Amino acid sequence: MKLFLHVWRQKDRTDPGRMETYNAEDISPDMSFLEMLDEVNEKLIQEGNEPIAFDHDCREGICGTCSLVINGMAHGPERGTTVCQLHMRKFQDGERIVIEPWRAKAFPVIRDLIVDRSSLDRIIQAGGFVSVNTGGAHDGNALPVPKPNAETAMDAAACIGCGACAAACKNASAMLFVAAKVSHLAHLPQGQPERSQRVKKMVEQHDQEGFGHCSNQYECEAACPKEISVKFITQLNRDYLRACVSAKD
Amino acid sequence: MNLDSKTPTGPLDSKWTRYKSECKLVNPANKRKYHVLVVGTGLAGAAAAATLAELGYSVAAFCYQDSPRRAHSIAAQGGINAAKNYQNDGDSVWRLFYDTIKGGDYRAREANVHRLAEVSTAIIDQCVAQGVPFAREYGGLLDNRSFGGAQVSRTFYCRGQTGQQLLLGAYQALSRQISYGNVKMHPRTEMLDLVVSGGRARGIVTRDLETGKIESHTGDAVLLCTGGYANAYYLSTNAAGCNVTATYRAYKKGAAFANPCYTQIHPTCIPVAGDHQSKLTLMSESLRNDGRIWVPRKTGDTRRPAQIPDSERDYYLERKYPSYGNLAPRDIASRAAKEVCDEGRGVGSGGRGVYLDFADAIRRLGQPKVAEKYGNLFQMYERITGEDGYQQPMRIYPALHYTMGGLWVDYNLMSNIQGLFVLGEANFSDHGANRLGASALMQGLADGYFIIPYTLANYFASTKQERLPADHAEFQRAEKDVGERVKKMLTVKGKKTAVELHRELGQTMWDNCGMARTKDSIQRTIKRVEELREEFWNNVNVTGTDANLNVALERAGRVADFMEFGELLARDALAREESCGGHFREEYQYPDGEAKRDDEHFAHVAAWEYQGPDKPPARLVEPLHWEFVKPTVRSYK
Ligand SMILES: Cc1cc2nc3c(=O)[nH]c(=O)nc-3n(C[C@H](O)[C@H](O)[C@H](O)COP(=O)(O)OP(=O)(O)OC[C@H]3O[C@@H](n4cnc5c(N)ncnc54)[C@H](O)[C@@H]3O)c2cc1C
Ligand code: FES
Repeated sequence: MKLFLHVWRQKDRTDPGRMETYNAEDISPDMSFLEMLDEVNEKLIQEGNEPIAFDHDCREGICGTCSLVINGMAHGPERGTTVCQLHMRKFQDGERIVIEPWRAKAFPVIRDLIVDRSSLDRIIQAGGFVSVNTGGAHDGNALPVPKPNAETAMDAAACIGCGACAAACKNASAMLFVAAKVSHLAHLPQGQPERSQRVKKMVEQHDQEGFGHCSNQYECEAACPKEISVKFITQLNRDYLRACVSAKD
Repeated sequence: MNLDSKTPTGPLDSKWTRYKSECKLVNPANKRKYHVLVVGTGLAGAAAAATLAELGYSVAAFCYQDSPRRAHSIAAQGGINAAKNYQNDGDSVWRLFYDTIKGGDYRAREANVHRLAEVSTAIIDQCVAQGVPFAREYGGLLDNRSFGGAQVSRTFYCRGQTGQQLLLGAYQALSRQISYGNVKMHPRTEMLDLVVSGGRARGIVTRDLETGKIESHTGDAVLLCTGGYANAYYLSTNAAGCNVTATYRAYKKGAAFANPCYTQIHPTCIPVAGDHQSKLTLMSESLRNDGRIWVPRKTGDTRRPAQIPDSERDYYLERKYPSYGNLAPRDIASRAAKEVCDEGRGVGSGGRGVYLDFADAIRRLGQPKVAEKYGNLFQMYERITGEDGYQQPMRIYPALHYTMGGLWVDYNLMSNIQGLFVLGEANFSDHGANRLGASALMQGLADGYFIIPYTLANYFASTKQERLPADHAEFQRAEKDVGERVKKMLTVKGKKTAVELHRELGQTMWDNCGMARTKDSIQRTIKRVEELREEFWNNVNVTGTDANLNVALERAGRVADFMEFGELLARDALAREESCGGHFREEYQYPDGEAKRDDEHFAHVAAWEYQGPDKPPARLVEPLHWEFVKPTVRSYK
């Protein structure tokens, strides 16, 4: 396959950045999208140029590091797939492909296609945990959890924290990310004591980081490589409201 | 150098209890004065950093990813072992201990392994309390599955994402401590050197991967939790960034590197598709619970799998190892796959593959049940190969996966350098020559949550505190060395990229020092690695500068260390003239092809001590003592 790439290049946080074009030749349909970029990078280095910087690590769709917008779609055209798991057989020979970084105020670009996502970490730091210290926990089976609840918690917990939800949203809202963590813990007995506080603090932090508000466009669900459901945002809204009106907190 | 394991005396099952009650403690008011540097935030590092911060120590943590949540531990699929015996199927601490010792082919320390089995149960309790969404049965209790090398069901899991959920549990605990200001987190920061002075670890030198800034961090103890070195083979199931840099730098500063030749090759990975391949993808071993492994009986049988009748299939694991069948331990299952492929009975392009067939399971349980258990793995398989594993058998082949070797540590998890502790996959301690499935997660969390809090306190309380300032001459020297090395890579301006050279290194490691090794092939490896290293420093091309984010430079630095480390691995493989666990020397086997261990000469840990750039490293030995189990021929028949 031969492909024509339009890629965002930006030297550092302060550089205004620009699109550059590259040809990718001799691409096998069995390659992953990142392996295709590896090839392009090898050529660039051989020609004495700097490779295109992009984030990646596990290359199996679980670490949430890879983060490219391909032809306007976060993680590219295949549903429920991270860009590291996207394969070139999903593209046409001779296709033009536009590759950009996540775009959101809360994700400043630090180089080329790499953005700073520490905002997501700070949202978790604000309350995305259960406050238990190591040691002294009850026996794991002391507190049965109904299977459906455990399954729903796991559905939400599957979030890989990549940030595609915010990258896909026209308001750059990361509400699906917040909702996933809130719902994961809200469906388990361990998450109950801090349930109200957690949702309030996490939403507050989300807003402070400069993420936008959710206006129910559901682009996030469509882009999410783990297909986290927007029903969790509904759950979040309910929990948030309840937390705000409850007199205790 | 004396490799004293400092194993407590007394009965096996009370060693750890006694240690805990007798070890020295640090006064709570004083804990804040101790600075602990935790390098790596995988299961081992995140668990340690969070727990130590909870106890009151001042912690700084480092990782090369943009967030601690992305450490390679996240990729673990199958599960975590614990001797809970919830299934009432005869499990116990002793049995988990015994399975682990036997699985490791009697090349691990009894006391360490027993302690691991003891604390395993507390890990599950802790993780449940954190809200880890483990799989449950209909009654709401925790569910278990079976893993290789065990006849009981003791593996806890979260669908196919166990590592992810355990890591997120630890990451959340760590995040909580970061928010309290008890941990200072340094993401996108790579440790490039260890600073040692007066025989003690004093701190580390790092490079900020965004700005290129080289910096010193000083502490009272350094904990390396930097994972394994499987990427020395280029293609492995590890994440792209996994490296040996931190542990290898420590080795060059005097830490002994133990058993580097013990590498684990995982039997169920997706076969290599072409030269472009940048990594290999693991299909969790849990698939072997329900999948049956086979190849055609005849060589060169090119019929589609469905056209091959049962009578013309060879379910070779079930045939050779009737009592464990498809759940034979990893080293054995991997070698068996290589053997049938060497015989010309492999399947798929290039003939390097065997079938993993779910037809029987689907017939027995129905597709929805199979999907519920392994859905995401089938999905992953389809994405990568374009094939549907429900309709036709998957094709799998062994790949480099895990490394049992690592920095030598004593019972305290402290290396031979005072104040340098090593946790998780980065140490050598618990898995001997072969690790059982679902035991790495257990070890990482055991080390981080339950062992280091005691042993570190004991160290602090029995040593005089003397932290060096970050502008001390040793730090300045290390910073200078690191800076020069980085500059040197940028000035070679040769013709090959670091990736090309890495691929060549991996090729020789895999072909000559991989699943099966001979004296000859290992000597070839050593020679080839030397040549490649030479070529690296004369012909590598690293573009860009050192003053900003430079992915080519990051890669080159890691490859440069693999280029040295590969030789150490091979030297260890050469010196160990026996076959044991993941280390299979073709010269040492029984007529039926099983590994021939030599307890008379090799029942020891081999730890290598760096002797400077112009001298070969010294091989030190820690004898293994068998007080409680009797090593036998490891049979899974
Ligand atoms: C695909 C796959 C599946 C697996 N499945 C299972 C399973 O089901 N059950 C099981 O028990 N085990 C499994 N394992 C093994 C297990 O996941 C690992 O052994 C374990 O997670 C290692 O944890 P760790 O904390 O030691 O290191 P890692 O998780 O590898 O963490 C290493 C940390 O060190 C940091 N680091 C590394 N080098 C540097 C440096 N130079 N400077 C700064 N930071 C650095 C990294 O950023 C990272 O934070 C699996 C492994 C793989 C590859
Ligand atoms: S690189 Fe890990 S999810 Fe893509």
